[in-house]
Amino acid sequence: MSDAATATADSAKNEIAPRPKETIRRLVQGDLASLRVVIGLAVIWAIFQFENDRFLSAQNLTNLMLQITATGLISIGVVYVLLLGEIDLSVGAVSGLAAAVMAVLNVKHGWNPYLAIAAGVAVGLAIGLLQGSLFSRFGIPSFVVTLAGLLAWQGALLQVLGSTGSINLTDPKITGLANTFYSDTVGWIFAAIVVGGYGAVLLLGHRRRSAAGLDSQSPTALVLRFVLVAVVTIVATTVLNSDRGVPLAVLILLAFVVGMEYVVKRTGFGRHVFAVGGNAEAARRAGISVNGVRIAVFAIAGTMAAIGGIMAASRLLAVNQNSGGNELLLLAIAGPVIAGTSLFGGRGSVWTALMGALVIGSISNGMDLLALSSAVKFMVTGGVLLLAVIVDALARQKRSASGRV
Amino acid sequence: MTNGAPLLELEGVSKRFGPVQALDRVDLAVHAGEVIGLVGDNGAGKSTLVKTIAGIHSADGGKIRFDGKEVSISKPQDSTGLGIATVYQDLALCDNLDVVANLFLGKEEMSPGLGTVSRQLDEVRMEHQTADLLSNLAVTIPSLRSEVGTLSGGQRQQVAVARSLLGEPKVVLLDEPTAALGVAQTAQVLDLIRRLRERDLGVVVISHNLVDVFQIADRIVVLRLGKNAGEFDAEATTEEHVVSAITGVGSDGAKEKNEEAKS
Repeated sequence: MSDAATATADSAKNEIAPRPKETIRRLVQGDLASLRVVIGLAVIWAIFQFENDRFLSAQNLTNLMLQITATGLISIGVVYVLLLGEIDLSVGAVSGLAAAVMAVLNVKHGWNPYLAIAAGVAVGLAIGLLQGSLFSRFGIPSFVVTLAGLLAWQGALLQVLGSTGSINLTDPKITGLANTFYSDTVGWIFAAIVVGGYGAVLLLGHRRRSAAGLDSQSPTALVLRFVLVAVVTIVATTVLNSDRGVPLAVLILLAFVVGMEYVVKRTGFGRHVFAVGGNAEAARRAGISVNGVRIAVFAIAGTMAAIGGIMAASRLLAVNQNSGGNELLLLAIAGPVIAGTSLFGGRGSVWTALMGALVIGSISNGMDLLALSSAVKFMVTGGVLLLAVIVDALARQKRSASGRV
Repeated sequence: MTNGAPLLELEGVSKRFGPVQALDRVDLAVHAGEVIGLVGDNGAGKSTLVKTIAGIHSADGGKIRFDGKEVSISKPQDSTGLGIATVYQDLALCDNLDVVANLFLGKEEMSPGLGTVSRQLDEVRMEHQTADLLSNLAVTIPSLRSEVGTLSGGQRQQVAVARSLLGEPKVVLLDEPTAALGVAQTAQVLDLIRRLRERDLGVVVISHNLVDVFQIADRIVVLRLGKNAGEFDAEATTEEHVVSAITGVGSDGAKEKNEEAKS
């Protein structure tokens, strides 16, 4: 109540002034979740660096980036599912199965590597379509549909691998996905594209809004955001270049994050994903095909899981019975939640897939450096997840307390 | 006050749910620039009538004419296609989306582009149109980019009504627009309804609150047990007459008197 009431009072008081207070509030609230994660990440990095000064070395940070690629890619699909307020427990198993299909086709049947990769991705897409259809057609909770999927696709993985149980990947096109590093010059060219592109997007958006006479973010805030992104890009490129160079895997991950964030925030489809996650009945009455959105989202989750699985296989140089198993599923779901995508649907961004993977990856990587046991690793990661979910729930309570009258 | 042929005219509309005769040969006429208060006790058929016009239920019998032409309304799209907008009591807003996104939900403006992927939401145009529409309706909302979940009940109702106007309707049906609102917020919503009338729309307001109905309605239509139970000129009648028509106690006198006045 208080928020809305004071805001109304404010705007009534000075209708001519363009509400600078409101702009600041929006900026702070909009970036609050990501700010929290950045601070959390800084604390984690500081602790590990203090304990082991190799943690922030160029070599280890490059390793960290390679370690999080697969989880991050899978998490992108999970973000879409979470935005609907649903869950997909099958992404781990799907990632393993897709990688196995690719490996078998390429190694045992001699398929062209690109065709084999495409086949693996197609498996993920098909599974996603199937699960999405089952969920929306029969109204079975997504939790159950994808739990059944988790078991079934694990079985399919064993079936596809056959008696060998493990397939080594040797095709340079496939292993190159996770093991290609670019020269310094090429790295800087990519950095320039990122910074320039971001600057152009900010500038054009600002121009359009001002031209239409709408209040836009203040130039100071825009410059601040631009400088922040430029600094992060330059530092990251410098660090990666001083080791083996900018990895192709990182570029793939970044491209998917940016592309899928664009889809969810700037396209009509993305808007409908948020609407269905916020109030499915309202979306239906507004003429949105709710089932269509749901099936598409599960298809995206399956596809991203397959892509992540293929990247993981490329890095490991093999597919085995454990591919896509262990804690991969839970980490892929925990990541976005830790970084601020709500479990309750309708709130979040694709960036949380990257940030969450970074947080979890850093914890795991740091504890490996400290030679801590998996027992400790799991417990700490569990604690971080719990903390993040509590923050999410508190934010939700606060919203509903300050929201309606 | 009401000149010319009615915009929307129902003649002998009936609707039966199994053994329940929800609507029994109901007549209703809505003119442009006129606010009709549709009142009646619980179960009188008000909501069924609105849902029949809105295309949620299809009528079993009777005729519906729009702009003088006989039409059939069997699904919601038929109704919106004719230019009839309905605002339900639960508003159907997405709390997690801002005012602009809610207003344009399901009919987003897209900027021109090549494929479906490059066609992005035209946020600037949508925000501009939202600002224009809301200022035309004299609706004040602190920020068009604030989430609808953070708005007050009155503001949410106004957003829902504004949204129904985006399709340029000729008739607007409002289901209990002032239920659960405070005094000041109710006044805001009633003001908004008056502005709908100024825009020459035909407005049907369902309400339990006779005080509100008398404030805004030009004509009051009473339903009882699915039948027309009286029609009153809001200027020329009293609350007592309407109440007796609603309850059916001593209503005959009132009804006849009213009909005499008309002829």
